[in-house]
Amino acid sequence: MILKPRLEDVKIIGYYLGKIILGLALTMVFPILIAIPSWEINPALDFFIGIEISVLFGLLLMKICRTDKDLNWMQGMIVVSLSWIVAMILGAIPLYLSGHWKSFLDACFEAMSGFATTGLVLVQDLDHLSYAHNFWRHLTMFLGGQGIVVIALSFFVRGFSGAFKMYVGEARDEKIMPNVINTSRFIWLVSIVYLILGTLALGATGIFNGMKPFDSFFHGVCVFMAAFDTGGFSIQSQNILYYHSFVYEVITIIIMVLGALNFKLHYHLWMGNRKEIVKNIETRTLFITVIATFSLVVLGLAQKGVYPAALTLFRKGFYQLISGHTGTGFQTIYAQQFVAEWNPLALTGVIIAMALGGAVCSTTGAIKMLRIGIILKAFKEDLKRIIMPERSIIVEKFHHIREVFLEDKMVRSALMITLAYIILYGLGALVGMFYGYPFLEALFESTSAAANVGLSCGITGTGMPGVLKITYILQMWAGRLEFMSVFTILGFIFARIKGK
Amino acid sequence: MKKPFSFILLVLFLTFFPWTAVFSQSLSSSELINNAKNYDGKLITYSGEAIGNIMVRGNFAWVNLSDGENALGVWMEAALTKEIKFTGDYKTRGDNLEIVGVFHRACLEHGGDLDIHANSLRKISSGRVIKEKLNSDKFNLSIILLGAIFFIWILTLFKRK
Repeated sequence: MILKPRLEDVKIIGYYLGKIILGLALTMVFPILIAIPSWEINPALDFFIGIEISVLFGLLLMKICRTDKDLNWMQGMIVVSLSWIVAMILGAIPLYLSGHWKSFLDACFEAMSGFATTGLVLVQDLDHLSYAHNFWRHLTMFLGGQGIVVIALSFFVRGFSGAFKMYVGEARDEKIMPNVINTSRFIWLVSIVYLILGTLALGATGIFNGMKPFDSFFHGVCVFMAAFDTGGFSIQSQNILYYHSFVYEVITIIIMVLGALNFKLHYHLWMGNRKEIVKNIETRTLFITVIATFSLVVLGLAQKGVYPAALTLFRKGFYQLISGHTGTGFQTIYAQQFVAEWNPLALTGVIIAMALGGAVCSTTGAIKMLRIGIILKAFKEDLKRIIMPERSIIVEKFHHIREVFLEDKMVRSALMITLAYIILYGLGALVGMFYGYPFLEALFESTSAAANVGLSCGITGTGMPGVLKITYILQMWAGRLEFMSVFTILGFIFARIKGK
Repeated sequence: MKKPFSFILLVLFLTFFPWTAVFSQSLSSSELINNAKNYDGKLITYSGEAIGNIMVRGNFAWVNLSDGENALGVWMEAALTKEIKFTGDYKTRGDNLEIVGVFHRACLEHGGDLDIHANSLRKISSGRVIKEKLNSDKFNLSIILLGAIFFIWILTLFKRK
């Protein structure tokens, strides 16, 4: 028998959702701090209105649903999945008010793309967008990359046992510290330290490249946020091609890879355990899959003779590949070039890389390296079972911070999530094909959305059908939360209708 | 006798300078990107608004020109950029420029970038600083919302009492 959720469940969900909304409202103060010294009056008003609506909504929820009770698993998961939808709607308000998005749906698409660290864009005339709005677009990536709920846990929640339930709901099932709030704070510490270093490196390179000092550092901080959080937004419409700089490309590659590594691995590296990076199953798998997918890209590009020299082939091919594999979505070629110049083999290489993603407990989306590593180990174990004598005992181990014995439970879980992602990629591709896009292009864009990458082969644009926009929004949402909290909310709605 | 001579001259001209005759009209960025192979290594005319920063690199400079569809990177002698007074951003409409130069689908000199190496530059129209006016609708909405927040706050105070 399915139990109908009680009114109390709704109240608890509403109360904690209100808290997270107030936290989100506070983050909109940052763009105002950018707008005021830049004398951007109307953009400052856009964010002021955004804050007011968020505060109003958050306060109302907290007052109406006031409770002292803590969250249970189901409620925690629902709070997480709803907070991402609400963040999208509230985060889209200042964007829409700027007049650079054709409809509120387009602004919502951009906001979800930001929070989910995807990087697909529907902005109009990006080259004339205000500093404040551009900063907000990139800040949404920084906030979403760490996790919206992680922000609330780090700064606005003093400590409650429901914290871990929300933390897990945001697709972060690994605790770095014994306490989940300290784990959230560590994630922020890592991010802030890299933010300072990355901004300095990109800012200095910008000045060296001939940019104005203020613009260099503004671009530096924004590009860092988009790279480390494997987002892929950019300040200018040409994306990374705008800078025409090899050094800039190298620095962004380093930041993208850092963003794709597990925060737990960062912790061990920071603690001086440098061997971990060589031994860890995730980094090993990442190394293998990068080489495998890059080989496909090289073969494809060489077959068609897209680039006249090996060095240019390597520079263009590797950048798009690593950008796709880390789930960032930075481009140094135009979206149309993917279709017009790259052949299906090279495109397939990028699609596979996008579908695989980076490490768990990182800022990337997609299937992720730990799961791929576990599945490969399981294959190896099964092969051994066939080859070895029947009586032999076969035990497979892998190294992920410590030595772990491979269990069927782990393999099952990894296969389930992998299957869910493959279905999600396929569903988006079907919708794209329904609207007349060729299979490979539809699959490319769908994988990019669901794996939170942001590379585009030209389908994403204001002119694409509304249903496709909504499909990509749902894919970005489900892909970022890794299904669990999305399934919980669907179950909650079902129980509300059918339950007794 | 005059006609065959003109014909020979025309044939010779088209043989040695085919691009001058074919691409003297300004091409759009989409046309160039989508048919990059056709224009690769050819002399083309492209026009657009100068956007962002002019990035001087030694004796040369990068200027990004947007025609409203895409922005393309144009590599030119730094001396040519002196003519550019405004570049587009939130508060500025950049100079509208027309350049004549060689189009590269995957430039060997610049790591495979799709770019144009400009030979000449002409300013079609000058840019300007955009004066920002306070949007009264937004201002009024923010005041109303502020009032609503205070109203709820006062209500909660009464409820507590």
